Amino acid sequence: MLELRALEPAAVGRGRRPVGVPPLVAVPAAVVGAAVLLPVAYLVVRAAGAGPEVWELLWSPRTGRILLRSLLLAGAVTASTVLLAVPLAWLTTRTDLPGARLWRVVTALPLVVPSYVGGFVVATALGPAGLLQQLLYRLAGVERLPDVYGFPGAWLVLTLFTYPYVLLSVRAGWRGLDPALEEVARTLGERGWRAFRRAVLPQLWPWIRAGALLVALYTLADFGAVSMMQFETFTTAIYVQYQASFDRHGAAALALVLVALTGALLAAADRPGRGPQHRVGLGPGRRPPRVPLGPWRWPALLGCTGVTLVAVVLPLGVLLYWLLLGLAHGEPLVLTWRPALTSLALGAASAVVTVAAAFPLALLAARFSGPLALLAGRIVYAGYALPGIVVALALVFVTARVVPALYQTPAALLVAYAVLFLPQAAGALRAALARVHPSQEEAARTLGRTPAQVLWSVTLPLVRPGVAAAAALVFLTTMKELPATLLLSPIGMETLATRVWSAAGEGFFARAAAPALLLVLLSSLSLATLARQEEP
Amino acid sequence: MSAVAIRCVAVGKSYGAVQAVRDLDLTVRRGTVLALVGPSGCGKTTTLRLIAGLEHPTRGVIEVGGQVVAGCGYVVPPERRRVGLVFQDYALFPHLTVGENVGYGLAGPRRQRARRVAEMLRLVGLAGFEGRMAHELSGGEQQRVALARALAPEPVVLLLDEPFSNLDAELRRALREEVREILHRSGTTAVFVTHDQEEALFMGDEVAVMRAGRIEQVDRPEDLFHFPRTRFVAAFLGRPDFLPGRVTPAGVETEAGLIPLHPPLPAGTAVEVLVRADDCDLRPGGAATVVARHFQGPQHLYQVRLPSGRTVHSLQKHTVHYAPGEAVTVVVDPGHPLVCFPVDGPRAGEGVLAVARPQRRSACG
Repeated sequence: MLELRALEPAAVGRGRRPVGVPPLVAVPAAVVGAAVLLPVAYLVVRAAGAGPEVWELLWSPRTGRILLRSLLLAGAVTASTVLLAVPLAWLTTRTDLPGARLWRVVTALPLVVPSYVGGFVVATALGPAGLLQQLLYRLAGVERLPDVYGFPGAWLVLTLFTYPYVLLSVRAGWRGLDPALEEVARTLGERGWRAFRRAVLPQLWPWIRAGALLVALYTLADFGAVSMMQFETFTTAIYVQYQASFDRHGAAALALVLVALTGALLAAADRPGRGPQHRVGLGPGRRPPRVPLGPWRWPALLGCTGVTLVAVVLPLGVLLYWLLLGLAHGEPLVLTWRPALTSLALGAASAVVTVAAAFPLALLAARFSGPLALLAGRIVYAGYALPGIVVALALVFVTARVVPALYQTPAALLVAYAVLFLPQAAGALRAALARVHPSQEEAARTLGRTPAQVLWSVTLPLVRPGVAAAAALVFLTTMKELPATLLLSPIGMETLATRVWSAAGEGFFARAAAPALLLVLLSSLSLATLARQEEP
Repeated sequence: MSAVAIRCVAVGKSYGAVQAVRDLDLTVRRGTVLALVGPSGCGKTTTLRLIAGLEHPTRGVIEVGGQVVAGCGYVVPPERRRVGLVFQDYALFPHLTVGENVGYGLAGPRRQRARRVAEMLRLVGLAGFEGRMAHELSGGEQQRVALARALAPEPVVLLLDEPFSNLDAELRRALREEVREILHRSGTTAVFVTHDQEEALFMGDEVAVMRAGRIEQVDRPEDLFHFPRTRFVAAFLGRPDFLPGRVTPAGVETEAGLIPLHPPLPAGTAVEVLVRADDCDLRPGGAATVVARHFQGPQHLYQVRLPSGRTVHSLQKHTVHYAPGEAVTVVVDPGHPLVCFPVDGPRAGEGVLAVARPQRRSACG
């Protein structure tokens, strides 16, 4: 996935990047940087200004329990996604698996299922009196299934619908891997598993780590799946604290602990020189030979089919089942159109705003050196540590107290989206900028164009595909976004996401099915545009 | 306009603690081609970028076309310097056609620009290529488009940064002749950066050898080749051997016998004589041994080991044969002056020309 590229270290040193940043770039970058940092700064101020009861809350056994649960879930989901995704990545890129091309698309598809939709599907399919239990009751008279709510459900949902992060990262790593290295290892006398472990795995490892990091951050920030599966983590605790008691100090304090957690994780993963490595050799890279699976292709196919059944067919089937059931009972479809239009409009506006905000930062990080450029890179990277619920909470505070004109407006929501999705957009843009060699811009300068003219006539046309990719990515993630939308939407505004959440939360499964399906469909379209860019 | 196209005075450029260019003085006269050559990392590309305005000097003054473009805290941006730059990777704009690439730096009415583009493409032998895209061209064609694009706005100077290093040897030789011809025909002042000494000697009206951020010597190619002023320049050009010897009244006494040349140095001075393969002749029998023979078409290059273990090279006609292992004598009698480098003393490493002193001139006169 494109957003992974933001986790790569800056392009290998070209050595000749200018230090002085023109105001054309520096001023917008500073504004955006401030917009990212201010909400969190405000949270700190609020939490610090609170009384001793906040400290009591933070040191309470309940907070410790939440911390433990959050960490346990993040660890379990990360481990299981890696175990699931690495073999899948190998099967679909490095072997003669029948239909490998199709499997490459299908195995990435679960990404379009938002976690709360996944949660809703798993709850209604595997929960008590769910579809599976009804089926088993009819077949074998089974009356009780093990309880899926709580940890097992949250773990299952998050594993099923986030493993593509690891899959796509590892696949990108495998694609960039020079097959000659494996061959060299073999000519040096290493074979089979040993060659893989000593020559391939060390190079793949950074990509596995990058994907695993995304999954861990996603899990810590996830609100939809854990609230659907009724497993209390930081995000749900913050939400409950805020909604139920309007205890803003307490919510702010918990939010800060969560940010500290994600920030620590991100910082720990950010050891210099350990990011995805780049091909050192010169000369054209060859396409790697495919490993013949032989009779092993049957279990391999079975595995791929199994994953697809559970992560793609099951959600779609369950949603369709509820939709048809609802239609049969006279559930009106019409109601879905308004939230759909709202979602589309918000997604499009967010894509424009976020990409525009990300561009100066990406330009700064990709084209300049010196402390400002470094800071821009850090800010973009740090954005990954900001969970939606935290950004939303901070913006609720800021708009309510400082700029009441923006309180409960779509504008505040768009600011939240821009802050949340800045890393993804900047990552895609930076990758596109890195592919434009600076000598092209320099050539334009020596041919008589000013920096602004060069940006317009050379840089922008060349990064247009990257801009499109960034916009598609932001569009997709905005439509799926739940917690910030829940907290910041003006009264009466409903999106597909909030509609699924409220309908499913109240047990109107049939009513949640249509918007959920629509959401999955629209997300797939965005993914399709991204996938076209990924395939060479 | 002034007769000097580029003048650099005491120019320095540091990146933090690293001094890429130090105390560089350089003058390029109008209409001449200066080749800037040196090992990689010697600061030649940085020098070029300083002239283009893509880097700012930390010290010194740079003039282009008689006007100060950098110095005294004042810097003219690259777009107002009227320099053309041809990059090693060509840096063609992939989103533009060949015609749009060449016309990118032109102003004025459309028809006039189109005429200039056609004229430039004709100059580089790509007439009618206007509508192609850059990626449809071969490497050599892309390089020619880059050249046409840089020349189109009639720059005061053209800067070329290792323009042929991405081409294969054959194309490189052909294109090098063509570019030299184009530069001379259009009367362009150019600075040509390369790490290839042969290319530098071929392309430059003058050649500047750089080392560690400084210019070691600037001269006409012939002078540079035959009278290198430092051992570094000598070692860099023409793959030389250095024969240790001692100055005597009769000539320079070396392991390969007496060389009848007389450097203006006191007798007894320890020197190294710069000998190239064409200065050394071989005779059958002796204390030296043929180590290897390299076939070079019309000639053979012999590698010969002297009794001390030092090797020298000798170029022989293809009709002359020595087998590896054969005993030979090395005779150095070039018939032209050679350069010696005193090994120590105040002039250590400095090139001193040793000439054949007319025999017993004082006795006759």
